[in-house]
Amino acid sequence: MSFLKKSPWILHYDGTSCNGCDIEVLACLTPMYDVERFGIVNVGNPKHADILLITGSVNEQNTPVVKNLYRQMPEPKAVVAIGICATSGGIFQDCYNVKGGIDKVIPVDVYVPGCAARPEAIIDGVVKALGILEEKAKALKEAAHRQPVEVEESSHD
Amino acid sequence: MKIFLITLAYLVLAPVLGGLLAGFDRIVTARMQSRVGPPLFQPFYDVLKLMAKENLAVNHFQNFYILCFLVFMIITGALFFAGGDLLLAIFALTLAGIFLVMGAYSANSPYSIIGAERELILMMAYEPMLLIAAIGLYMATGTFIVHDMIAIHRPLIFQLPGIFLGLVYILTIKFRKSPFDLSTSHHGHQEIVKGLTTEFSGPALAMIEVAHWYENILLLGLVYLFFAWYPPAAVAAVILTYFFEIFIDNTYARTKWHYAVKWSWAVAATLGVGNVATLYFLR
Amino acid sequence: MKTLFFLMAFPLLPAVLLAAVSAARWRNAIVKMSSVVLAAAAVALGVAHVKGGTSYYAVEGHWVDGALFCGEIGLSLYLLVKGFLSRRYVVPLLVVLQTGLMIYSEFFGGVVSAERDLSVDNLSVIMAMIVGVVGGLISIYSLWYMKDYHAHHPEIPNRTRSFFFVVFVFLAAMFGIVFSNNLRWMYFFWEVTSVCSFWLIGYSQTEEAVQNAFRALKINLLGGLSFALGIVYLAFVHKTVDMSQLLAMGQAAALIPAMFIAFAGLTKSAQMPFSSWLLGAMVAPTPVSALLHSSTMVKAGVYVIIKMAPILQNTAAGFVIALIGGVTFLLASATAVSQNNAKRVLAYSTIANLGLIVACGGVGTFEAVWAAILLVVFHAVAKGLLFLTVGTIEHEIGSRDIEDMHGLITRSPALAIFMLIGIAGMFLAPFGMLISKWVTLKAFIDSNPILAILLAFGSAPTLFFWAKWMGKLLAVPHTPRRTAGQIEPEEWTALLGLAVLTIGACGLFPLIAAEYIEPYTMQLYGHAFSLGYANLAIMGIMLGALILLPLGFFYFPKNLKYEGAYMAGANLPGNLSFQGSLGQPRDMIIRNVYFRAYFNEASLSRLGNWITVLLIVLMFVTAEL
Ligand code: SF4
Repeated sequence: MSFLKKSPWILHYDGTSCNGCDIEVLACLTPMYDVERFGIVNVGNPKHADILLITGSVNEQNTPVVKNLYRQMPEPKAVVAIGICATSGGIFQDCYNVKGGIDKVIPVDVYVPGCAARPEAIIDGVVKALGILEEKAKALKEAAHRQPVEVEESSHD
Repeated sequence: MKIFLITLAYLVLAPVLGGLLAGFDRIVTARMQSRVGPPLFQPFYDVLKLMAKENLAVNHFQNFYILCFLVFMIITGALFFAGGDLLLAIFALTLAGIFLVMGAYSANSPYSIIGAERELILMMAYEPMLLIAAIGLYMATGTFIVHDMIAIHRPLIFQLPGIFLGLVYILTIKFRKSPFDLSTSHHGHQEIVKGLTTEFSGPALAMIEVAHWYENILLLGLVYLFFAWYPPAAVAAVILTYFFEIFIDNTYARTKWHYAVKWSWAVAATLGVGNVATLYFLR
Repeated sequence: MKTLFFLMAFPLLPAVLLAAVSAARWRNAIVKMSSVVLAAAAVALGVAHVKGGTSYYAVEGHWVDGALFCGEIGLSLYLLVKGFLSRRYVVPLLVVLQTGLMIYSEFFGGVVSAERDLSVDNLSVIMAMIVGVVGGLISIYSLWYMKDYHAHHPEIPNRTRSFFFVVFVFLAAMFGIVFSNNLRWMYFFWEVTSVCSFWLIGYSQTEEAVQNAFRALKINLLGGLSFALGIVYLAFVHKTVDMSQLLAMGQAAALIPAMFIAFAGLTKSAQMPFSSWLLGAMVAPTPVSALLHSSTMVKAGVYVIIKMAPILQNTAAGFVIALIGGVTFLLASATAVSQNNAKRVLAYSTIANLGLIVACGGVGTFEAVWAAILLVVFHAVAKGLLFLTVGTIEHEIGSRDIEDMHGLITRSPALAIFMLIGIAGMFLAPFGMLISKWVTLKAFIDSNPILAILLAFGSAPTLFFWAKWMGKLLAVPHTPRRTAGQIEPEEWTALLGLAVLTIGACGLFPLIAAEYIEPYTMQLYGHAFSLGYANLAIMGIMLGALILLPLGFFYFPKNLKYEGAYMAGANLPGNLSFQGSLGQPRDMIIRNVYFRAYFNEASLSRLGNWITVLLIVLMFVTAEL
């Protein structure tokens, strides 16, 4: 078995969030929800992280940042979009400066709706992401058996 | 033969104990913050997970230093638990620490280099007290050999109270506890990302963790020395000391580097030197 | 006896030849050949003296005494003229005083010569090997260095011929110092080294160089004056100028002349408050800094103090000398933290390590002497290597600023590795300096723990400034670019030779200790310190590990994915710059910390000077009591 499930480390990035979702993400760490019970740690460093939580949508400014952060996470990794902004752009969808949901820039594995997303929903989303991580790990292993790992050419905008 | 067995036991048991200690640490910390905290075995889950992750690096040298860090940390511990020379063990510990710092430098990242420099500052802060502790132990026992120190069967703590307190003070630095967790910390929050360890991921980070476990056991071994005449008391002292460090960790905010240096040197110059002077004049 | 004479006289031959020929080809040949000959002779002497005791030799006839006396007068005249011409009247004053003293004792003191003029014991053999081997390598290095130096500095008059003349005269004088048993002789050679140092510091004749050369001269002449006073005192009170008799006459009688000579040692080894001259001496060409100002000449200062160790042992005055060394060690190490000029860091570290050796000499117990001699050996090779490497780096990258050495490991791997070996040799575990420090600590605790505490506090900044320098060298910038420069064969010879010596000295140190140092302390004290075999085994393991470890550089881990450094996600392509706040690209620049506010050079040296001046007064007062 893999230990990914038992120790998901999280990187939280705030795109254009109104801070509503951010507060809820941080609420998960408080004694009320205490996600460390599940081994979840908010690491704040892509190179240590397994799951990227993004709140808010993407725009021109933060697109390269989101891509950089995603690229700098070691495989296997998963992305969770928190809140309706991150999912689709939400009510800001039509703003001239908003590109839309996170999936416009990087692949998203789990969408957590809500405005703001509730801590329970966020935790639920992370747990869903764990299953996906597990699958990705398996896929990676098989790929490694089949052929040498191809190093992905890093692209910059 | 006995020494060989103890060393072997150290090699095998230290990571186990160190990992458990880290788990215990996290639970106690959580309880102090009125949380439940992770399972006891969480540190092992973390490390095993890291082993399975992709090895991301900035350049191909950096992980090599980490390997050296781990290897020399193990050698240091082996020197100590085999009953070897305390001073040499301290020097070897420094060497191991330098390798970690060099790894962080090698990565050439702004955050890891700031962490590396802070780590060096912290080393500068604790080094005098560590050496004074060795000096005090030598004056109290007439030897640097750990094996002979234990064989003395005298409560060293009564001769070296100042040095013991000074040592506990700098152990806060060595355990990477607040207020001195300047270069990196075991918590997920750090104002310089993860400092020293920012650029290490997957297996390399796992090696760093394991090396820390070895290191913590070694440091607690140092605490043990002061009470070695009566093992139950020694074990109690070790546990209490560690508990105390966790307590400090949770009650103090991170400080600035120059306070770390000033206070540690001040402690070394008062408690440490005072104790040494007393020993000298009573001799 | 023949070897001694050979070593003292032979360098004069190449010196004269080098002053005469101007063709570079001939100069190369002469320097290389004579360096090899000197090194070989020194090593041969060493091999012949394995476990040897002390042998004394009387030199027949007074012509040598007469010749040396004439030499002394000649030197004095040279300095008088120099002093008057440059209107630095302190110089003639000091010269007149000391030469006057010597002439006075010559004619009215009664004792003109010692019974036995030369001696050789294990300590002087070790010193001779250092002078011969390290000196030889550095001379070879200088060939290339001086050529390049003048190519880079066309404004400086080319005086290469005189340069090599002075260097070889200096080597002869160094052998003279270590083999003299007659203190007058030693005094003469001592003055020769001071003058050589003066000339070499002022080599470029720039205002700064001349200024610093005179500062060095004044301080060394002050030491010379003290040396002369010691000799005169001995000659008048004890009717002898024989070093071995001084050592044999018992602590009480010998203490006062020993103090005068030790004072001379303090000036020569640049202890506080005299340390300023060594820093000024860094304007000299780098091989000079390596040869005179770290590996050999300054070691003459500690050499006499180590020689006096049995007299200083367990005396208040000896303890005060040890304190001077200890304070110098602590403060010089702390000051080095604030320096970013590589040569100044090396200079401060040299002062600090000399301080440690002086402290050992002042303690004077057999353990301390044991440690002191090992420190001398290890420091000579490692520091020589460091200085020469810095010299080469300076020519490669055009700077001696440590900040500019960022990422040297990718730009010029060979130089970076030489540098790393040198630095590791200075402060890391299995290397010699640390072994010696370990014994030093033990010796200090056994004598007086105050010194041990000074050592504990001084080691911390040492660790800091070396490690941050190492880090600079080892950082791997994302786009490696090689330096254009080539390393010439002469440089290779010297750097490789010293690197091998630095590592080899660690492997060989049990041998050095057993064959030279232990017999030496055994003879003087009847005790010898020996490392336990367990510890030797441990050191062996660690050395082995350290030798195996470099192999790691040839190991390329598989499954490694490369990704730029973390820059809060704002990396720009290439990972050398990031997106600034207003969208502009900003270069990533990483600099080391120097803590100038805390480790302030001026205030630390002021503090050190006050303390040490008081200590020196105390030293003479306690010697009188
Ligand atoms: S989803 Fe709602 S609460 Fe969350 S960031 Fe968007 S607007 Fe704010």
